[in-house]
Amino acid sequence: MRRDSPHAPSLSSKVLSYVALVAWGAVVLFPIYWLIVTSLKEPIDVFEGPKYLPWIDFNPSPHAWNYVFGTLGPSIAHAYRNTVVVALASSLLTLLLGTMAAYGLTRFTYRPRVGLILGFIGCVLLAVGLSVLEVPWQLSLVIALALYGVVVQTLGKRFQRALSNNDIAFWMISNRILPPVVVVIPLYVLYQQVGLLDTPVALILTYTATNLPIAVWLMRDYFSSIPLELEECAQIDGAGRFRIFGSIVLPLALPGIVATFLLVLVFAWNEYLVALFLSKANAQTMPLMVSAMSGTRGTEWWYMSVVILIMILPVIVLAILLERYIQRGLLVGAVKG
Amino acid sequence: MALRQTKNSPTRGLLPRLEAWLEHRAGAVFLWPAVVLMLALAIFPLLASIYLSLSRIQFRAGEVSFRFVGWANYQKLLFGSEQTHFLGVAKALPPLGWLVFAGVLGLLLGWILRHLRRKGSLGGLLYRIGVSALVGFLVWSLLSRLAGQPGTVQTTLVYVLFGTAMQYLLGLGLALLCAQKLPGIRFFRVIYLLPLAITPVGVAYMFRMLTDTGRGPLSPLWNVLGLSNFSWVNDPWGARFAVMIGDIWQWTPFMFIVLLAAVQSLPQEQIEAAVVDGANRIQTFVHIVFPYLIPVSASLLLIRLIEAFKIVDLPNVLTNGGPGTATESMTLQAFFAWRTLDLGGAAAIAFLLLILVSLIVTLYANGVVARVRRD
Repeated sequence: MRRDSPHAPSLSSKVLSYVALVAWGAVVLFPIYWLIVTSLKEPIDVFEGPKYLPWIDFNPSPHAWNYVFGTLGPSIAHAYRNTVVVALASSLLTLLLGTMAAYGLTRFTYRPRVGLILGFIGCVLLAVGLSVLEVPWQLSLVIALALYGVVVQTLGKRFQRALSNNDIAFWMISNRILPPVVVVIPLYVLYQQVGLLDTPVALILTYTATNLPIAVWLMRDYFSSIPLELEECAQIDGAGRFRIFGSIVLPLALPGIVATFLLVLVFAWNEYLVALFLSKANAQTMPLMVSAMSGTRGTEWWYMSVVILIMILPVIVLAILLERYIQRGLLVGAVKG
Repeated sequence: MALRQTKNSPTRGLLPRLEAWLEHRAGAVFLWPAVVLMLALAIFPLLASIYLSLSRIQFRAGEVSFRFVGWANYQKLLFGSEQTHFLGVAKALPPLGWLVFAGVLGLLLGWILRHLRRKGSLGGLLYRIGVSALVGFLVWSLLSRLAGQPGTVQTTLVYVLFGTAMQYLLGLGLALLCAQKLPGIRFFRVIYLLPLAITPVGVAYMFRMLTDTGRGPLSPLWNVLGLSNFSWVNDPWGARFAVMIGDIWQWTPFMFIVLLAAVQSLPQEQIEAAVVDGANRIQTFVHIVFPYLIPVSASLLLIRLIEAFKIVDLPNVLTNGGPGTATESMTLQAFFAWRTLDLGGAAAIAFLLLILVSLIVTLYANGVVARVRRD
């Protein structure tokens, strides 16, 4: 049951709200309007100074659109398909793993032992050291894993000191601190070794791993604002953890899930630097096409505007479709008392 | 029916057994997939870039050679030839700077005194003194460089602090506006997300068009103001503001959408009860809405803080780091070093950034996040 906002807005506050809404709307829309106008200009109209209105200030011409869809057509279509595949796959995977991890972190208590973590770090260092000493990396990985198994059985039970859920969450978010500039070269080597370079899979995995912390942190807050009573009731009725998660928690957290989905989707959709490194011809994505419009012939604003605009379009459509789920009142009346 | 099945199902057969095992280990099943994926893709790049930062890499005729040089890359940034570029040049504080610094010191002192008045433990006292010294030092070094010549560290801090604060305030305001039931509100909600949909490189190029004082759409405005020969990008603070405006334009929607989802899931009963008790809008906001938003806000600011430190596309495309190095962020400096194939130098900058951000994030997490999540 939905109810109206308790504060029925008075006329003056309504007017004020609209003024503010329209003001920010103009701030947001004007640059995009400028992109649209620029995409219809001949180069001379761009260089002669500001021209605002098509048909009045200048003669709109579809030359940029023709060029992008004609001459560039095949490569744009290829990059577009890659972007759609990579962004959708990685954001769905992020959402799945992220909501699960976030739910785990808000409903269970984890106590990873410090000894196990130190053992793990030691084994990783060992594997790296062996690789440096020219041992094949597959072999050093196996050796390190075997050794870690031993560590788990022996050292792991000695140290009682343990970390908490918050430490896990902080470890996750701390993965995002390092700027991608320095991470791309090791990632390049990594994917080269496993033969995934220049494939969408490499991009999907990388984007999922880099966006997971954001999904986990955002979903954690949405989950912890869901009352526990509902889940307890379901548990008493005999529902398992996964059933509770799937049929009670997820629907209740829908506004948060939709918001998080949109965010991780646009992050993957727009990512530039990692794509630049991990993809060549085969897995090229759209952000690379945008910067490709600024090359040896200077920045070709008209082509670039077209490419940016066709990149925004599906995101807008998705935002329009999903916006309705970020709505009030899903929780209203779910818990009595 | 379905519910009862899980309870009474006999643990015979492979599938039910698997199900029971999964149920038993539910906690691990929820968390581990994410952790494993992140570990797999985080460890090797981290170790490799530490090694890079300690070495000098040379490209010669299709061959790459690594030479271990120890701390040389860090030395150069902190004490050597890159020091003024990286850390800036300090100058005596102007009166306003002293005022700000005194304000910060006063706050820190009050924080320590409150601990003393409550007769807290000695460890807590030492912790507070240490934190205060650290915060005081950071604030002083920032202010003195802003008075003198900011290096990339200080420029980055200005971007981060100012940008994040503005984005949060704007995002919160817009979320509250858009949570109202007004005709046409859905139109605004959708268009407010638009800036996020544009790839950061695209945003940077777009702002280069918009900030062009000669051919950009705002040039008549500059003419009227008598600034037609003024270029944003020749004045250090003008250029920095141009970068920050672009950053705010792009990232306010991020704050907006998360806060909107949070505002939308507010428990309505409480607000209604407050209204029945005669609370006005401001009172409802201060006592009910905002406290409810604090945990989300704390995480949101943390995420945005971390992301903001990595600002690179806007200053690169908009001003190319100039005039001089006025708009160069730490990541951009790393990017420039990396473009000249000085991979070791780039990695060293990145690790100093990592240390700085970890320091600030830890302070923030202990001071803010831990407190609001204590419930």
